[in-house]
Amino acid sequence: MKLYDAAFVCRSKNAGPFQVTVDLMFETREMYDKVLKSSSFTAEKIGELYHVPSEKIAIKTFERILTIKVVLPRISSSGSLQDMDVYGSQQHFPLGSLEI
Amino acid sequence: MKKERKKVIRYLSLCGLLGYGYAPESLENALKGELDFVGVDAGSTDPGPYYLGSGKNFVKKLQVKRDLSLILPVIKERKIPLIIGSSGGSGAAPHVQETLDIITEIAKEKSLSFRVAVIPSDLPEGFVKEAAKGHLFPCGGSPEFDPALADKLANAVAQFGTDPIIEALKKDPEIIVSGRCCDTAVFASYPILMGFDPGLALHAAKIAECGALCARPVGANDSLVVEMHEDFFTVQPPNPLRKCTPDSVAAHSLYEQPDPNCFYEPEGKIDLSACTFQQAGEGKVKVSGSRLVPAEKKTLKLEGAFLAGYRAITIAGLRDPSGIRHLKEIEEGVRASVAQSANFVKEGEYSLRFLRYGLDAVTGKNEPENPVLPREVGLVIEAVAPTQEKADALVGLARSKALHQGFPDRKATAGNLAFPFSPSDFSGGAVYEFALYHLTDLSIPFKVKEVNIP
Repeated sequence: MKLYDAAFVCRSKNAGPFQVTVDLMFETREMYDKVLKSSSFTAEKIGELYHVPSEKIAIKTFERILTIKVVLPRISSSGSLQDMDVYGSQQHFPLGSLEI
Repeated sequence: MKKERKKVIRYLSLCGLLGYGYAPESLENALKGELDFVGVDAGSTDPGPYYLGSGKNFVKKLQVKRDLSLILPVIKERKIPLIIGSSGGSGAAPHVQETLDIITEIAKEKSLSFRVAVIPSDLPEGFVKEAAKGHLFPCGGSPEFDPALADKLANAVAQFGTDPIIEALKKDPEIIVSGRCCDTAVFASYPILMGFDPGLALHAAKIAECGALCARPVGANDSLVVEMHEDFFTVQPPNPLRKCTPDSVAAHSLYEQPDPNCFYEPEGKIDLSACTFQQAGEGKVKVSGSRLVPAEKKTLKLEGAFLAGYRAITIAGLRDPSGIRHLKEIEEGVRASVAQSANFVKEGEYSLRFLRYGLDAVTGKNEPENPVLPREVGLVIEAVAPTQEKADALVGLARSKALHQGFPDRKATAGNLAFPFSPSDFSGGAVYEFALYHLTDLSIPFKVKEVNIP
């Protein structure tokens, strides 16, 4: 199952001009746990997908509302010459295609 | 402030961003109770560095004027202050001036007058150069500051916290037009001045600054009413179409934040790990347990952008399957031709970019290559150069080369691109980049200026 299909909210947005956060919200605790326990859902794997060192990736959980937050460094800052997404609102892929 | 200490204060967040609009009924409903102040945040770095660098607002003047036109007569009549944070979008001098001009225009039209407190946030001359000697610390993923850029910053501001706004409130103005400040400072300053718990005040402010974004249906373009009590606060949208629930309010702490369990402000860390959210009536949520862990030394975040050049673009589409398959070769051919023909720029002085919509223009190299090619591809060719004239000429060259560039198996030998517009090329104006997004441990004396409008 793809992460995009497992979550009912899968979104990304800038957290300042140098970071993007991806929010993954789940309808059931089973799905939330399944993703967190999945061997593919790791900072290492996500780092490979986004071409950034895994130690610069943070995975944070917000159990109360069954949400996982992934904080990623931007390869180029918002609006810079190399940037392709000023608001960072379409950077939830390739994470969304991760197989869980 | 002449007002007596109160057990409860009630305030209105007009909308998530000044100019984004709000329902007139929301204002009407909010006014059914007593209000102590009205606040609205006007700033964001989301639209990118252009707006700080160029001194322009990303929200149009007519949008700001509409939102202010409704509230200015109300605060005058009710004798309650209006606090505008990060005026003009980025809070530098030209942005603050634009907001003052709009207020003046409305005041003249409606025959009103206002005592305004203005808090500039521009960095003093030479400050960045001094700070670069060991007093700038990367924040939010920014790289080490490049001292060579210190003199090149077009606009540089400090994003201050509650202190300068509290100083301004003590002068009892009718309107505060603040330069760049933390979103929370707009809404937490008054409660903190009135002796309310700063942890609760800052958490409430963090929710309030986005207007009704914490409600369902979500709305940055609508209002929110906050009540501060001794050991809790409540939030409720005055628009009956929107409701807050414990989950909708809790979920808001995720928005644009790197950590849902805490956030950092100049005042310190606001710890949300012991927070509780309870339904407290129709669409109203009660929040308690937010706690401020004061910073040992207050820091300020600085923001600055520099001019990186001028942009020109052309927009075209491809339908020919062979052209789509050989886009890489077309791009390489165009780059080589441009390098050969553009005698008006030096190598390394300009950049060319091919954004291939339908293939990889959104996620770039993060996207695995798709073995099935799309039927159509949108192509944006961009040039950035030291002057607009040079950027325009570069795009002109690139466009004509791309139209006729040869590649293997080319059948459509009359032209590779479908241009939807004539003229096909567009001048994009100045391009800025964020260079300064750093904390400093140096202090800056922010001065409140009092002006009478008109």
